[in-house]
Amino acid sequence: MLSRLTFALMLVTPAAGWVVTTGTQERRQAAAIHTIVIDKMAFGVAPAKLHVGDTIIWVNHDLFRHTATADDRSFDVDILPGKSARTVPLRAGIVSFHCTYHPGMKGTLMIAPA
Amino acid sequence: MMIGKIALTLATGVVALAGLAAAAGGPGDAEIAHIAYTAGVIDIAAGEQALHKSRNGTVRAFAQEMVRDHGAVNEQALALVNELGVTPRDNATSRALKEAADEEIRKLSSLEGTAFDRAYVTNEVSFHRTVNEALRKTLIPGAQNGRLRALLETGLSLFSEHQMHAEGLAAKLG
Repeated sequence: MLSRLTFALMLVTPAAGWVVTTGTQERRQAAAIHTIVIDKMAFGVAPAKLHVGDTIIWVNHDLFRHTATADDRSFDVDILPGKSARTVPLRAGIVSFHCTYHPGMKGTLMIAPA
Repeated sequence: MMIGKIALTLATGVVALAGLAAAAGGPGDAEIAHIAYTAGVIDIAAGEQALHKSRNGTVRAFAQEMVRDHGAVNEQALALVNELGVTPRDNATSRALKEAADEEIRKLSSLEGTAFDRAYVTNEVSFHRTVNEALRKTLIPGAQNGRLRALLETGLSLFSEHQMHAEGLAAKLG
């Protein structure tokens, strides 16, 4: 009931400081963890609902060493075979990424605001 | 002139691989494993030569990738054949590939600087294209054991990416 009231207040007074704070806290609690599997010289499907503050776990199931490197260099992790690495997008937008060792391996993240 | 010689050397390997399809019954798993392993060894040797001779950072990074990736897949291949109790068998195709590669190494050893870089990368494009073709048309369809076939398919995805990478690098070197 209270959350419904808060939601209603957000709709009515979106600029009110306390309402925005409540909204932010709710979003932080919902920060999600997504997995992108790397296998057979390819990145797996990028998460459909990715938000700023979520965690991406890059899992290298391949026989080969790879990187997950943003074209804009906002992240760059080197991942040995059988290992994983984490990145957290801090800005909303569309970020293309690749593997530095294997330039043919590419993908795109669609990052929504938190 | 040099490119022509390289093409000729490669053609020997291509003929050897094409001959596989015509061989009665095709190669068995022991021969297939030997050919795939030999292809990896050849590319590792070429990469090591490039690391010894080249001063170009991009070419060296590519060579390091070749040595590392083919080393990884060959390590898996050895583990698999040991587990399956298959002894890779030397054969005419492996020998022809090896002889062509030895000849290539000998030729490249006389080149320096940009001439070496170009010849190395040009050969990498052709070599990966040749092996891809053999994997796709002969080795993968011919493999009887499912796990060997799966490893060859991983090898194909690797060789295909390397081919693309080498083509991009060749275009940059001009």
